Formats: sequence, structure tokens, C-alpha cells
Amino acid sequence: MEMGQYLEIFIEESKEHLQSCNEQLLLLEKNPEDLSIVNEIFRSAHTLKGMSATMGYEDLANLTHKMENVLDAIRNEKIHVTAEILDVVFLAVDDLEFMVESIASGGDGKKDVSLVIEKLHMIETGESAAIQTAQNEIAATVVEEIKSELKNHYDQYEQTIIQQSLDQGFHCYELSISLRSDCLLKAARVFMTFEVLEKCGEVIKSNPTVEQLEAEQFDNEFFITLITNDLAEEIKKKVMKVSEIEKVDIHEITHFNQFQEEGSDDKEIISEETPSTQNSEKQADRSEKEKKSTQPKGNPASQSKTIRVNIERLDILMNLFEELVIDRGRLEQISKELHHSELDETVERMTRISSDLQNIILNMRMVPVETVFNRFPRMVRQLARDLHKNINLEVIGAETELDRTVIDEIGDPLVHLLRNAIDHGIETPEKRRSQGKPEEGTIKLKAYHSGNHVFIEIEDDGAGINREKVLSKALSKGIVSEEEASSLSDKQVFELILASGFSTADTISDISGRGVGLDVVKATIESLGGIINIESTEGQGSVFIIQLPLTLSIISAMLVELGEEKYAVPLSSIIETAIIKQSDILNAHNQRVIDFRGNIVPLVFLNEVFSVPAEIEDNEYLSVVIVRKGSKMAALVVDSFIGQQEIVLKSLGNYLTNVFAISGATILGDGQVALIIDCNALIK
Amino acid sequence: MTESVATENVKLIVFQLLDKEYAIPVEQVRAIEKVQHITRVPRTESFVKGVINLRGVVLPIIDLQKRLGIGKILSNESTRIIIVVVDNMEVGLLVDAANDVLDISKDIIEPHPEVVDTIKAEYISGVAKIDKRLLLLINLEKVLSPLK
Repeated sequence: MEMGQYLEIFIEESKEHLQSCNEQLLLLEKNPEDLSIVNEIFRSAHTLKGMSATMGYEDLANLTHKMENVLDAIRNEKIHVTAEILDVVFLAVDDLEFMVESIASGGDGKKDVSLVIEKLHMIETGESAAIQTAQNEIAATVVEEIKSELKNHYDQYEQTIIQQSLDQGFHCYELSISLRSDCLLKAARVFMTFEVLEKCGEVIKSNPTVEQLEAEQFDNEFFITLITNDLAEEIKKKVMKVSEIEKVDIHEITHFNQFQEEGSDDKEIISEETPSTQNSEKQADRSEKEKKSTQPKGNPASQSKTIRVNIERLDILMNLFEELVIDRGRLEQISKELHHSELDETVERMTRISSDLQNIILNMRMVPVETVFNRFPRMVRQLARDLHKNINLEVIGAETELDRTVIDEIGDPLVHLLRNAIDHGIETPEKRRSQGKPEEGTIKLKAYHSGNHVFIEIEDDGAGINREKVLSKALSKGIVSEEEASSLSDKQVFELILASGFSTADTISDISGRGVGLDVVKATIESLGGIINIESTEGQGSVFIIQLPLTLSIISAMLVELGEEKYAVPLSSIIETAIIKQSDILNAHNQRVIDFRGNIVPLVFLNEVFSVPAEIEDNEYLSVVIVRKGSKMAALVVDSFIGQQEIVLKSLGNYLTNVFAISGATILGDGQVALIIDCNALIK
Repeated sequence: MTESVATENVKLIVFQLLDKEYAIPVEQVRAIEKVQHITRVPRTESFVKGVINLRGVVLPIIDLQKRLGIGKILSNESTRIIIVVVDNMEVGLLVDAANDVLDISKDIIEPHPEVVDTIKAEYISGVAKIDKRLLLLINLEKVLSPLK
């Protein structure tokens, strides 16, 4: 096909234009008077229209054309921008995205867009005010009066055909065709009707059967089931062109009842739906699709740029590479001992190359969080509108990259937390005004790297968490006891909202204590090896901080010695290493501490913690590794530093689980095992 | 040796702890290794000797004498590590010596032994007498039941 070479470019550009439409529309909503934004959207839509028409995607072109008309009217100040109008335009963009997605995944990019076109048309002709009421009336324009029952009886085989066609985006219509009672050549008319329909698509069934029809063994009415790409309207027009036809009723089969038993009369009844419900269903379908599409949305049309690789293969590659890293460590050690210049050089080169290789392998699995964040602005807008709140969403650091496995899992928890912030965090405009806050609430969604962790923060400047309310609810649910309740710190109280059983179906929504199924969020994040923290000030807002591992199996670590034993401290948690004097150690509350750059940092003697079997020498100087967890620090006392090294993370297996302050193990260059210290467990 | 063809046989790995012989069905055994450097894992049960690197896999090692409460293994030339797999757990058992592999018929296994010396009966799943040898069959599931 001639077009094949352009398809890739078409898809890429369409996606960019649509994304830009989405962004600009959100901007437009904030600045409805800014016509330069409208121009921007108009340009995108216009380009898209041209492209899709050239490529022969009619539905795309039609819809963009209509959208363009509305934008044009706005541009020429015939129409004033309102949220309702934008709702419709957003709907249109949704449909366009759906079609482009369909083209990208190898489909035909067709969709029944008549409904949205109708709405756009109404806006264009200035009937936007009537949209709400008109919604219920449009219903009948596409689908003529619906008989509340399928006319044809389908066997298993035919059902499968229909279902598959529907899945591929075809329409399936049942036509009830009535011939005029004075019709003379019934069989001929039937033949002509079939002729017309065969051109539009595929007739898969008729009732009565073709033989009976030809033998004129029927009254004046017959039923035909057609699978086609055309819209009902067009088909109706075409059939009506056949003379002596009195009436054509078309009704669309949208889905089959999967549990319909073969031969039972219990047919799926297609009820008349108002567009609003149809739309919400489409919306639901889409969000379902989005949810399900944890698979990277690769597109088969652009083979040259990206290829899909099975994660398992990448894992195997990773494992082999780990072996290499271990051997590299061994080689480095040997070359150090031998002092052979050529060997040294070769080993150094190898080290450099394998470091590069390592980065490439790790980056292969990395995806920017943007892929998840992209859908949030629309979601926030919709929710804010539903709840009548003014909310501004700021997204920071969308380019931050995370391992694909984590990306796939993180979407739902974030949606949960955002909903929660909108629902329970940000107050209504009236309430905010009365508290002297700006009416518009702000939600900040921020992603950033720190060491070998990625942090995602969801911050709102809303009501914050009310300690008393959370406590009373937790008490009533029996999550904490009376005596526990009084001794809890604020932080511990906030964490109660993540406890399972805190929120139940009878959610008391007037509580500013949040907790709409937040226990699920916590569970998901912890299953990924992450941590969730909550900070909140009542009346000022809350921050939910999610810390996630990059799920990298190779990390940089500082190797230290304790007696005869070697341990690894992940570099990500180390601030610095230092040598301190015995005399610098102070005592505070029965704890030995040091003054480190103005901070009081508690000392942790690792040989005591790990009961290392060795003589403790009384040295004048102590080697310490200063580590941090969030804003807290500790100084780990070790015997000596060995040096920094890339290490491969290994688990301790299923037998040794939950060893205190040990997060795993690694294999050193000499083949021995060294344990990896979990600094978080050592910081109180 | 009395041989009855009709009965099922089991293959057992026979090993030594102190002066007694014990056995594990061969299906549960992955390998038998010589002792190598064991890295101590702090704050674990006293019978957990530590972990070793077995061809790139980190493997916990337990001192079977200590686990059964009959003493403590003193490493020497004949000490072996028997790598076993139970319920997705791979663990190395430190034993005084690995003696041989025996085919015995199931008939001669006495399923409910009296308490054997000082070892808790729950760790022994049966006893087999062959000529003058007495084999104690180890119940690995119990021996390796998850640590609290």
C-alpha cells in the first residue's frame, strides 16, 4: 500500500496533536477569553483533519471537521466558551484518540461518531443551552424506534461471528424491512434489497430464509442481519431507494449476552439508551481499556523505531549480566594483586564497557512516569467538575523514569490518592473563601529521583487531616484501643487512614479523615517494595509521599568491615563517610550521639547490633558511615571501609525471611557472600 | 537381603549425625557439597549457620545437629552440606558425613517410631531397619517449618 510509509508518521503526529488538544483545552478552560489558545487547538484540529482525510479515515476526518467548526465559531466569537461546550469537545477528542489508537493497533480507525457530531453541530448552531434536554431526544436519530427484541434467532456460530465483528469495530444491524402492501414483485424487491446491502457489508442472516423469501413465502415484512462499516442512516437511505419499500427500521446490536444459551428465547434486549448513558458507557469502556492497557502501547505500524521485547527476555539478559558483574569484580581483584600493566589496562577497559552496558540494560526497562501521569489532568478536571470544586493540577517531573514493572502497577494507587485529595482534601470554593484561602485549590503531582529510589508526591493545599476525627473513627472501628490512641504521634494517627478496615462501605464522607480504600493503595505500594508516608497540617493540606525502588538488581554500595566480616551499605542511603574521635562522642538521653555539621546524629555500633564475634579494639578514632532515611540520620560505626563497588542484589531465599536490618546479600569478587545492610531499619 | 519384587522401593540418601544414621528421600535432595566459606547472618536462630554462595545463588545453611537439638557440628574433612528443596525453599543441611545411597522397600519402614533418644518425634517420620543398620527418616517439612 502506498500509504504504508506515511502511516507511522500519521499516527505519531495525530497522537501529538491530540495530546496538545487536550492540554490546550484545559488551558482554555482556565482562560476562556484567550483566543490564541483557540487558534492553537484549531490548528491542531485542522492539521488532523487534513491528514486523516488524506489517509482515508473518514470518521476521523468528519469528527475533526465538526470540531473545527465549533472552534472556528469560538474563534470568531460567535460562541462563548463554557464548561458544557468544552465537555463536548473533550468527548470529541476522546473519540478521536480512540480512533487513532485503533489505527495504531492495526485496526481500521472506525467508530460511530454520529452522536458527538450531533452535539457539536448543536453547539455550532447555537443550541448549546438545549444540549441537556436535547440529549434525550437525539436518541432516536440514529437508531430508529427499537423493537424490544431481536428479530432474528442466532445460533452459536452466528453469535461468534457477530461478536468478533463487533470486537473489530464493525457495526451489526438488524433491519426490519416492510414492503408496501400493494407490492407486486416481492421477490424482486427482496433481491434488490439484498443487492444493495451486499454492497454495504455482509448479510449474515435473514428471516425468513433466502429460499423462503425467493419463493415469496412471507407477508410484507422481513428481517436481515447485516455486518457493515457504514452508519445506520446511510444504509437506511440506500435501502429506501429500492422502490415499493414502505419502511425500514434499523436497530443496532451492540453486544450479546455472553450467557445466552443456545436455542433459548432469552435474548439480549437492547434497550433504548439516551446518549448520555451511551456516552458514559463509552467513557467507562475507555477507562476500562486504559486500565487494562498495562501493556506498553507499542504500535505495530512503527516497527522501525521500536520493537517490543518480552520482559522475561530482559530478565534473562539482566541475570547473565549480573554474572558478568560478579566476575568483573573478581578480575579487578586479581589484577590488583598481580600488578600487571597490560592486565590492568584490559580490566579497566572491560569495567568501563560493562558499566555502559549496564546502563543500557537498565534503561531498556525504564519508562518515563509521563505515561501514567498523562491521563491525570483530564481525570482531575472531570472530578473537580462533578464535585463543584476549583482545582489546579500541577505536574512536576513527568520525565522521571521508572522500571516498567513498577510503572504498570503504580497507576491505580495514584488514581486513588488523587481522587482522595480531590474528594476529601480540597474544600469547596465557599469553604476555602471563608477560611481566607484562594478559591482554587492546588494539587501538586511531583516525581523525582533520589538515590536508587523514585519518589512520587501528591500534595494538596486542602483541609489536611483532622487528628481527632481519624482517632474517633479508628476507635469506633476497633483499629486502635483507648490507651493506644492517647500515645500515638500525629504521624501514626495519619497512618491509621491507611489501615485496613478504616474505611468501609458506609464511608462517612463528612470526615476530613480520608480513607477511601487507602489500605489497598498501601498494600500495592508495599508489594512493590515501596513505602508510603503522610504529612499533614490541618487547614493547610497534606502530602502523600510514595517511595519506590527502581527495582534495579545492581546497585552501588560501600563495602565495610566489621571484625572478619564484610557488609555492604547501599550508596543511596549514605550521606558521607567520616572518621570521628572517641572524644567527640556525646551522651544524650542514654544514647551516644555526635554533632555532625550542626545535627545531633545518634551512633549505631554495628558490631553490637550484629553481635560480631571479634575483639573490640579501643581505638582513638572511629570510622562512621552517615546514613539517612528521609530527614532522619544515623552514624553507623564500622571497623574500616573497604571501598565502593557495584554489587548484584541477591535475596536470602524463602527460608530466611525478615532478617533484622539485612535487606539481602551479594556475592563478592572472591566468591564469598556479603550481607547488605538495610539502613532504614537502623534509623529510629 | 530379602527381596520382594511386588513392593515399592524408595531411594534414600543416608547421612550421619554423631553416631546415628539418618535418611532423606532422594527426590528432596538437590546436591551434596563440600563445606565452603559460610557467611554468618546475624540475629537469626542459633541453628542457622549462615549463607553460602552456591553457583551464584545465596543459600541458607542450617546445622542439623543443632536443629534436632542433639549437639553441634564440628567441621572436619568428612562434613558435608546436603542441599534440599522443600516447599520452594532451598536450604543446605550441614551433616557430619554423607554415607551412601540406598534402595529400600517401603515395607520395612516403621511409620510411627517411639521417641528416639532425645530427638523430638515430630522430626522423624519413620525408622527403617536393614540388617544391623538403623536408619532414622527425617521429616524435612517439620525440620524446615518456617521460622517464627
